Amino acid sequence: MRPFRYHRPTEVAEAVAVLGAEPQAAYLAGGTNLVDLMKLGVQRPDVLVDVTRLPLDTVEELPDGGLRIGATVRNSDLAAHPVVRRDYPVLARALLAAASGQLRNLATTGGNLLQRTRCVYFQDTGKACNKRDPGSGCAALHGQNRDLAVLDWSEQCVATHPSDLAVALAALDAVVEVHDTDGARDVPLAALHRSPGTHPERETTLAHGALITAVRLPALPAARRSAYLKVRDRASFAFAAGSVAAVLDLHGGVVRDVRLAYGAVAHRPWRAYRAEEELRGRPFSAELAAAAADAELTEARPLRHNGFKLPLTRSITVRVLTELASS
Amino acid sequence: MQAGPENATTTDERHSSRVAFDVNGVPREVTLDNRTTLLDALREHLDLTGAKKGCDHGQCGSCTVLLDGRRVKSCLIFTVTLDGRSVVTVEGLAGPDELSPLQAAFIAQDAFQCGYCTPGQLCSARGMLDEVDRGWPSAVTEDLAAPPELTDAEIRERMAGNLCRCAAYPHIVAAVRATAAAR
Repeated sequence: MRPFRYHRPTEVAEAVAVLGAEPQAAYLAGGTNLVDLMKLGVQRPDVLVDVTRLPLDTVEELPDGGLRIGATVRNSDLAAHPVVRRDYPVLARALLAAASGQLRNLATTGGNLLQRTRCVYFQDTGKACNKRDPGSGCAALHGQNRDLAVLDWSEQCVATHPSDLAVALAALDAVVEVHDTDGARDVPLAALHRSPGTHPERETTLAHGALITAVRLPALPAARRSAYLKVRDRASFAFAAGSVAAVLDLHGGVVRDVRLAYGAVAHRPWRAYRAEEELRGRPFSAELAAAAADAELTEARPLRHNGFKLPLTRSITVRVLTELASS
Repeated sequence: MQAGPENATTTDERHSSRVAFDVNGVPREVTLDNRTTLLDALREHLDLTGAKKGCDHGQCGSCTVLLDGRRVKSCLIFTVTLDGRSVVTVEGLAGPDELSPLQAAFIAQDAFQCGYCTPGQLCSARGMLDEVDRGWPSAVTEDLAAPPELTDAEIRERMAGNLCRCAAYPHIVAAVRATAAAR
């Protein structure tokens, strides 16, 4: 591991200033992904700026009925928060479906959104990877790509985003609060993560030095009827083979509103706008849910080993919506 | 690999830090290379070899300790981040000449074979039972609004971060169940 210097700022402005002045510095929050990647030699920061002592660890109910989640709120605390459990069950379920108890006690809200792909070629410094080493190629494209993308990938990168939390936040139209040297600004979650294109090394739209300080959830009464369904190769402590976050608002059997987002299919959490459009205003049925998933997957391009993700995504869409409709 | 600052491995005083933190109730102070994980600090610098190094990547759970009362994986924490904080290892779960109820239950239920994962299982179970007491739900909790009931399915899900290659799982579940029931 490369030696690093260590800073522990107590104010956001100080953190942003320290990191901005160091081109190879990285923020350290829970460390559950970064420390591992440093051991593997995948990430080689020469400075770590520890953000865990910044005053960003509270969950606040907003006057408009929304919720503001500090960036260093631990995954375990967020999943157990009474307002999250009551008003945004999709969020609690996504968090509880991820990692293990020990990791959720460390992992933070902001860090979870910025975690790196678990593509095995990215994590192996002996393999070609444009994300880790731009221009070196993509060993995954024609390699063992069972776990990788079916939507929106490029010849340069077929990685998926591994977060469950981000999928729930995508369905909830969350807004990410960001601080950089110019001050504070809002980034819609849908605009935080990038498609891989020709620059898969750029995973988010944040510039070097930008710090996520909070995630805001808008008031969404319909989210009281919401769910997260994750399918894994084993029952627990595994990344998704497929996942779906869903909010369903039925009125007299007709879909008044619906929010759908998929995990494990693309380089970013995949908000399923097309599927929502198919569903909205129509009488709900399992057949309609299947047709909606098919509409979303029209442009899917499965790789050699991951064609199963299309029927899987379709099945979990039908299951999660049917269960919500009958709840 | 090409030589240069990018691949430099030499260190100077800027790459080390003095850290003061509590371990098993005793204030400790160490000066360590910033790269030293809590697991390596415990084992190599503080003579506490209870926490075990299994995978060293946060996947097996054998390095589990309690940090400010919460279970965490010590292989994924840089010691430099711990100034002012409090760590409890398996050595601190009970006094030197006694067993905690959980440790006694592991013996009574024969909840280990080789024993390598046991310190991590014990610290994890200790933290997990506190989480249940705080009313935290798990992935298999049906009703997010109700206090969780510690069924075997709940114990298995909540202990999923600890692997046992001897597969003593049924007895580990029994030991945790017995400890929870006796409280």
